[in-house]
Formats: sequence, C-alpha cells, structure tokens
Amino acid sequence: MKFDTPAGPNPIDRGRVIGIPHDRIDGAAKVTGSAPYAYERHDAAPNAAYGWMVGSAIAKGRIAAMDLRAAEAAPGVLGIVTHANAGKLGKGSMNTAPLLGGPQVDHYEQAVALVIADTFENARDAAKLVRIDYAAADGRFDLAADQARGVNPGKDADTAAGDFDGGFAKAAVKIDQRYTTPDHSHAMMEPHATTAAWNGDKLTLWTSNQMIAWGVGEVAKTLGIPKDNVRLVSPYIGGGFGSKLFVRADAILAALGAKQVGRPVKVAIARHQIPNNTTHRPATIQRIRIGANKDGVIDAIGHEVWSGDLPGGGPETAAQQTRLLYRGPNRMTAHRLVTLDLPEGNAMRAPGEAVGLLALEIAMDELAEACNVDPVELRIRNDVQYDPEAGPQRPFSSRKLVECLRTGADHFGWAKRDPKPGQVRDGRWMVGMGVAAAFRNNLVQKSGARIGVDAKGRIIVETDMTDIGTGSYTIVAQTAAEMLGVTLEQVTVRLGDSRFPVSAGSGGQWGANSATAGVYAAAMALRAKLAEQAGYPADQALFEDGLVKLANKSQTLASLAGRDGLWAEDSMDYGDLDKRYAQATFGAHFCEVGVDIDTAEVRVRRMGGAFAAGRILNPKSARSQVIGAMTMGVGAALMEALDVDTRFGFFVNHDMAEYMVPVHADIPQQDVLFIDELDDKSSPMKAKGVGELGICGAGAAVANAIYNATGLRLRDYPLTIDKLLKAQAA
Amino acid sequence: MRPFTYERATDVAAAARAAGSVQGARFIAGGTNLLDLMKLQIETPTHLIDVNHLGLDRIERTDDGGLRIGALVRNTDLAADKAVRRDYAVLSRALLAGASGQLRNKATTGGNLLQRTRCPYFYDTRMPCNKRKAGSGCGAMQGMSRSLAILGVSDACIAQHPSDMAVAMRLLDAQVDTMSADGVARAIPIADFHLLPGDTPHKETALKAGEIITSVTLPKPIGGTHVYRKVRDRASYAFALVSVAAVFDKDGSARFAFGGIGAKPWRTPTADAAAKQGAKAVAEAALSGARTTHHNDFKKLLVERTLTSLYRQREARA
Ligand SMILES: Cc1cc2nc3c(=O)[nH]c(=O)nc-3n(C[C@H](O)[C@H](O)[C@H](O)COP(=O)(O)OP(=O)(O)OC[C@H]3O[C@@H](n4cnc5c(N)ncnc54)[C@H](O)[C@@H]3O)c2cc1C
Ligand code: SF4
Repeated sequence: MKFDTPAGPNPIDRGRVIGIPHDRIDGAAKVTGSAPYAYERHDAAPNAAYGWMVGSAIAKGRIAAMDLRAAEAAPGVLGIVTHANAGKLGKGSMNTAPLLGGPQVDHYEQAVALVIADTFENARDAAKLVRIDYAAADGRFDLAADQARGVNPGKDADTAAGDFDGGFAKAAVKIDQRYTTPDHSHAMMEPHATTAAWNGDKLTLWTSNQMIAWGVGEVAKTLGIPKDNVRLVSPYIGGGFGSKLFVRADAILAALGAKQVGRPVKVAIARHQIPNNTTHRPATIQRIRIGANKDGVIDAIGHEVWSGDLPGGGPETAAQQTRLLYRGPNRMTAHRLVTLDLPEGNAMRAPGEAVGLLALEIAMDELAEACNVDPVELRIRNDVQYDPEAGPQRPFSSRKLVECLRTGADHFGWAKRDPKPGQVRDGRWMVGMGVAAAFRNNLVQKSGARIGVDAKGRIIVETDMTDIGTGSYTIVAQTAAEMLGVTLEQVTVRLGDSRFPVSAGSGGQWGANSATAGVYAAAMALRAKLAEQAGYPADQALFEDGLVKLANKSQTLASLAGRDGLWAEDSMDYGDLDKRYAQATFGAHFCEVGVDIDTAEVRVRRMGGAFAAGRILNPKSARSQVIGAMTMGVGAALMEALDVDTRFGFFVNHDMAEYMVPVHADIPQQDVLFIDELDDKSSPMKAKGVGELGICGAGAAVANAIYNATGLRLRDYPLTIDKLLKAQAA
Repeated sequence: MRPFTYERATDVAAAARAAGSVQGARFIAGGTNLLDLMKLQIETPTHLIDVNHLGLDRIERTDDGGLRIGALVRNTDLAADKAVRRDYAVLSRALLAGASGQLRNKATTGGNLLQRTRCPYFYDTRMPCNKRKAGSGCGAMQGMSRSLAILGVSDACIAQHPSDMAVAMRLLDAQVDTMSADGVARAIPIADFHLLPGDTPHKETALKAGEIITSVTLPKPIGGTHVYRKVRDRASYAFALVSVAAVFDKDGSARFAFGGIGAKPWRTPTADAAAKQGAKAVAEAALSGARTTHHNDFKKLLVERTLTSLYRQREARA
C-alpha cells in the first residue's frame, strides 16, 4: 500500500481500541520471567557454551603479539576467537570500527578476542589469561582541544537561508554563547547479548536488536555469508535507546565462537565493557547566535555544532531542530566533525535534538531575559507554521507548539513564576521554574506485516517489528483489533523474527506510527479477502464484534477463515508527503527545581509537559515513554556524563556505580498532557512518533529552572554541584 | 574471578586460624564488595572463609553502657536498631545514606569498614594503580579525580574511603574488636584502624594477616543532636562527594567527622575545637593540609557549605 495522499476517514478513526489506554499485552510474560531474552534462550539452545569478550587495553595502535596458551589450557576452555583465526571479516556499513579488532586497534575496549568455555565463570576467568602485547600509538581524545580541526562531514551538514551575518549584525538584541554537552551512555537495562547457533551453513542469532532486517544484512556482510543464511530472533529487548540499532560485537563474536567450537555460544557484553565497547552519544560543543528585535522576534538564528568520532564516523546533528523550530528570515546551521580515537559515537534517543535542544532552549531563555519577554510568550512569538528554511510552500503537516506551551503553562501554574531570578525561597531551597520547547522530527519508514485469522477467529499478526520496552506488542494488537473489529484479547502478536515481513523497526521514534501503518496495510488486504469470502463488497463490509457485516447480514470471522485460516500480507510505503510537508512532533516542558542555598544540590520538585504528536495510539504506554524520556532529560541536565581520560583515551566511569542516571528519589511527580491532534499527512494512523519527544528539551527546562532559582547561568552540561559552586563564587 | 576454595567457619578462633594459615585466604561476609572485586580480579583470593555463621550478628549493651555491634550485623538491622536510633542516631542516619536497601540488607558492619575505594582507576585492571598493584603508578592523580580524596593523600595515592558508616563510627570513637590468627583478641581504636596511603596505599588497615573483626564497640552515648549530611550527585544511591557527621551539644560545642574527602574517615580535634566559631572556622580547621587536584578542589568549598547548612538547620531548630 502506498501512502501518498493525506488520509481520509478510515477504520482507525472508530477509536474503540486505538487511542484507549491499555496495559501492555506482554506485561504478564515479562513480570513472570516467561518472556525469554537473548541470553536466556535455554529453550532454543540448551547446550550453549559461554563466551567472554576480551576488550583492548589501549585506545589506538596494534596488537604486537598474542599468547593464548595459558587461556587455552585453563579449565573448561573450548576455544578462543581472535583476528588471527576468525577468517576474513567484513564490516557492517553501519559500524564505524570493526567489531572484532586486531591487529589494528581502533578504540579502547574494542573486542580483540572471545574466550569460550563450558561455564560463564570459566570463560571469564580464562579471558584474564589471554596475554596481549600492544604497540600503542598516539591518539586524539580531546574534542575541545581539537575543535579547530573540525571538517564539514558532507551531506546536509550545513544549511542557510537569507543573510545570517547581515541579519545578526543588525539585530537590536543579540545572544552569542557557547554550550557543551558530554558523551552519554545509553545505560539500558539489558546488555547487548546474543545466543548463536549454526545448523550447517545456516546461522540463527537470538539477539537483542532494534532493527531486525538491518541486522540480517549487517551480519551477512560482516561474516561474508548470504543473507538467506542468517536468521535474527529478537522478540524481547530490555531497552536499547539506539545502542541496539546496529549489530554489535556480541552477535558477531557469538557467531564466530559457535562456528569455532561447533555448538551454540552465547555472549553478553559485560556492564563495565558497554560504555567503551559499544556506541555512545557523542559530546558536542555548540555555538548559538540569535538576533532579535527588542520584542524578542527573531530575525537571525545560527547554530554551529562540533562533535567527534572515529575516522569514518558521523556528526551529532545537534543543529537539526534549529532549522525548523523558530521563525527568522536569516539563518544558518553547521556541523563540524572532529576525528577522534575515542569509542564509536552513534545514535542515542533523539540523536541531534536531545543535545541540540539542551543548548538552544537555554539560548531562548537568555533571549527572553534580554528582551524582558516571558519565555513562554517568547516562544509563541517565534512560532512558525512552515519550514522556515524552505518558506511557506513547505508547511508543517501539523504543528501545535503554541497549544502545548499555553496548555502546559496553564496546567503547571507558570503564571506564578517570578521572572526575576533568585526570588523564591522554601526553607533551605531556592526555588525556580523553567520552560523549554520540545521538538523531534517525525520520520516514516516502510513497514510490512502479515496478518491472519485462524479457524477459531483469532487474529495473528507477524512482523519483524521490535518491542524495546516501548509497547509495540500492544499497539500492533490494538491496530489489528480495530481494523478487524475484535477485542484486544483476540489478537496474538509475534514480533522480532527475520522470518516475518520486514518492518520499520524501532528507532528515531518512527516505530510506532510506521509499524502500525504496516499492520493497517496488511489488515486492509485481509479485510478485502474476508469480504470476498463473505461475498460482500469490500468497501461496504463492516468489521465488528468478530463479525463481517453487510446491512442486516453477518458472518463470523472464524467461519470465513475456514479450517486453514486466511492470511494477507502487505506493507505501507510512503510517497513524498514528508517532502511536501515538514513533519515533526512538538511539546513544552515545565520544571520546578529547588537548589540548596548552601550546597547547591539540585532537586527537581515538579515536572509537567504538554505534547502534540498526532494520534496517541495507547495513552498509557505513550505516557510511559514520555515520563521515561523526561527522566533521561533530568539525567542529561544534572548528572549524566562519560568522563574522558584524554591521556589513555577512554571513558573512565564505565559502570553503573559511577555513570550516574537518575534514581527514583531524583524524580518527582511528572504530569503529561497530550494535545488532541490527528496528522493526516503522516500515515493512515494519523499518528506520529512519541518515544523520543519527551527527552527533547526536558533537560533545558531543568537548566532554565536552575537559572530562575539562583541566577546562575550554566552552559556546560551536566549542571553538577562543582560547577554551580564555581559559578556562584565567580 | 579466579577459582577458589570455600569453607564455612563455625567458630571465630577457627576462622582466624584458618585465615592465618592458608595463603591468599579472605573472609567473606555480605560479599557486596568482595565479590564485585573478585569478578574483576582486583581481588584474587584462593580461599574464602564464610563468616556469616559465627553468631556475630548480635547487638548488645556493654558493661560501661556502650554498645557492642557484632561484625556480621547487617547495615539494615543496625540502622533500625532501637538503641542505635535513640543513642547513636548519627550512625543510623549515616547507614541509611549509604548504598541501597538491597545492598544494606547484605552489607555487614565489619565488611563496611573494610570496603575498598571507588577510585575508577582502581576498578580498571588495565590502568596503573599503586593501590591495586604496588609501584604501577597512579592513574587518577593526573586523570579524573573528581570523587577522590583531598586529605591524608600521598604522592602514591589519592583514593577516598567511601564508607558512610565508618564516618559515623569515627565520630563516635568506636573501637574495632578483633581476634588474630593466634587466638589473641585486641581492640583497635577506629582512629588507628584505617591507614593513610603514604608509600604503601595497598596497606589499608591495621589488621594483621588472618585477623578477624568480631565486633565494633561504641562508648556510652554522648547525647547531643546527631546529624549526618551527605552531598552527592543524585538524591540517593551514590557515594558522597562530601559528607559530614556531627553531634551538637546544647552549649554550642560539637564534634565532626567527614566522608568523601579523606583517605580514611576524617576527623581532626582542631575542627571540633572550632565548633563555637561557626562553619567557616570548622571547615578551615578540618581542611588544614588539604591537597586538591583540578577536578576535586571544589570539595573544600563544599565542606564549608555543608557545614554552613548544618549550622543553619541547627539555628532554625533552636
Ligand atoms: C552499587 C554500590 C553502592 C554502594 N554505595 C555505598 C554508599 O553510598 N555508602 C557506603 O558506605 N557504602 C556503599 N556501598 C558499599 C557497601 O556498603 C559495602 O559493599 C558493604 O558495606 C560491604 O560489606 P559486606 O559485608 O558485603 O563486605 P564483603 O564484601 O563481604 O567484604 C568486604 C571486605 O571485608 C572483609 N571482611 C568482611 N567481614 C570481615 C570480618 N568480620 N573480619 C575481617 N574481614 C572481614 C572481606 O574479606 C573483604 O575484604 C555500595 C556498594 C555498592 C555495590
Ligand atoms: S588514587 Fe589510589 S586507587 Fe586511585 S589510581 Fe591512584 S593509586 Fe590507585
């Protein structure tokens, strides 16, 4: 099915199952431990041996010599995979550094060996006996020191409209500031993990991966085998946040290990290995210049971003939102990429916007103050209903930023905020409020599904879509139930298997809208088959209560399915509506913090937000997504940072005791409002993504609240006690 | 984790004897620190002696009105103990400021005193660390040292002692009761229990090989208002950047001990003597001799601010 004209009325609009808050249908399996994760596939591979990854001890250089004798002789050891015996390996097109290093070493903790043994403990112990002599080379690890070496990384790196320099020079009010954000680790609960088994030349990987079809291609490419010989199974995923968009060392090493020892092998990247072995969100340096008239109306806006990555890597596109969020005839954005030898950077929840808005939304707060305009009002004044780089001929498909700001402000009690910083005290706390806009692009991806009715009238949906904890199972079931007129309980959903039709997968907050649109397409095809079977015209048949109806006639789904059931498969493909219309999701974050008058400890007291993201398919799981993302925003604002040791070239705080993410005590009441919106240009679901929107801007609302509480303007995240004390002393 | 043998000790003397006679033997209590270190091969004992069944899990009054806390009393139980909450509230508060509920359920009084530093270079065996491997250098001093100590440090090591409980114990002048491998019992004042790094940062306590902690004894209650204030990067479940344990008397005198800043739980008589002059004076006295790095020099100001906060809260209550 092709979606190339705006959606008209369709069965989804009935809203009997879609749009209603539902518990997740996989919830019981998860809380009872019966949902198998990649490392626990005792059912599928009961005799799996255990692999333990050995990571490089240097950041750059070569392996001069490897001595495996002691490790090979250790109890229970079955084999050791290294570059010397792995055979020729390719590199996935989405990996920057090879997943198995050696003799060249590209970054600290890059996998250089896999030790396989009969037990986990034996593998881990023997791994310590692998002796490696390195010839270390000098590397570059300091983004700030090397900022000037940044180059234009090509395609879409820079944009411009009007005359930024001229506009900025003339502006009555100018903001020109530098902001920084550190490297972030995804820190999802489930580590990267894979169980691998070969059957002849057929490889099955039970793995934890957000993008099944990409994964199949990357595994095939890396191992040099046909795609048809690779099966990926990933029905449950304990979080990814982008770290599992790509095939990582666990999958490749498990496959190589299983081949070497002739039995299934499972590998999990250990927690302390994850930050340096896998991907992370790269640090940024950002310069933002905004020129406005004295009422705060923007005339010129410029956003430049520097980030680093390994040779061949990509930039953190943190200026992305600045192209679309606020008005202004004169504009520029630029991304510069600095080659570094730190571990590989890549996408983490809302790549680009998450850190871009951390900076931009402080800059807007600074502009509001400079113009003496309320920060909510400032953003309303600078709203624009079309792509401001392209002009009015490219309107937004739907854009309710102003509604979000107004409704959110009302609900939060924004009017009570004292615009003058440092005025409100509550005991030992200085109290302040902050606001920030939320913005995240809406991406759509082709997505397919297979849907069937069995002889009992049950609906079965199969798609390689993944559920990374987001609630995909439930919205897929809701879509099928709505389309075929059954209850949620009558739908079985099977996800995450490369034998199923290729879906959009989970990433870039495109999953929910795109994957359900794929189910919609397949369901339309099944409706046509059922109607034909019933002898009713497809466009007049009504699907309700497990029946296919025409006027006063009806037949049950079960009877129409027959003994063999009835199946249909289709996918939703997209035309150029996302070119003709700018498509994005919007919101407004509000935050109240307390800052200890003496110690500068920051406590978030309240958070609230209003969000417009098209049709909200399942308000319950959508809310969970948003509050989880707001929590991540608090982490980015107050504590999250991978500390770079620029001598040894690695992230020092590489475990969960030292890499801080918020704990329950850090997170107060979070109120989430969804603004009614149907986006008919996004898909027949009229939905958009919502999984990443909540992190976008959340941290800046915290930073702005700290400013309102204390008068301290910090521009280097995270805003920790040491920085606040220093700013206070200055 | 290296393979090891395991025995479950049944009496204290036998446990100490075994520990003294087997090379590479270690006691294991809650295991919340030791096991983590073993998994990373930062610690590689060849033999574990489980001390959980020695009956050292009681809290008793001593003859002179103090409290004897068995070495195996869990942090959770100690924090909740009625006598502790009434007479040694600073200890209860310090315990509850540490780790998480699950960890405190396992963590023991003896194990907590002996927990090792959280210096990140100590935790990565590929990095130089004099404490982990004598003579290998110190990764932290010129590296990321934000969380590390500023008092009692040496050219060899600037690691912090991470315990909260031990700070309160130090404040209360606890003594550590032990039994040596040869069956001799002794009492070590807590002030002498932890060693400064000097040239030998791998030597952390006054315990001799095989010596087992049997209990920690608190002197009789000292009254006063007990506070424990821990400042950290998140609201819970994080080690202290700075912590202050204090007992204030009605007449304005007070005693102080500090966590997060010392190579060992930190206490100086001069700080106590400055109590009546206020937070700034106490901080100045406590920080005398402080040696900071670019990353952790904020701790000096934070000590003063934390004390200011305590004084402010005290005034508010008065
Ligand atoms: C994630 C995390 C966060 C934490 N946060 C904090 C915190 O905020 N504040 C804090 O104070 N602590 C914190 N801790 C540390 C925790 O308090 C300690 O791990 C715990 O107290 C150790 O006690 P244990 O009984 O488990 O010791 P074990 O791990 O069993 O032993 C530790 C050491 O003591 C020795 N030992 C144990 N018992 C005896 C004995 N009777 N005699 C002689 N030697 C003995 C062992 O041989 C070993 O060397 C945290 C720990 C973790 C893992
Ligand atoms: S500070 Fe001490 S523990 Fe840390 S690296 Fe240096 S020697 Fe090791």
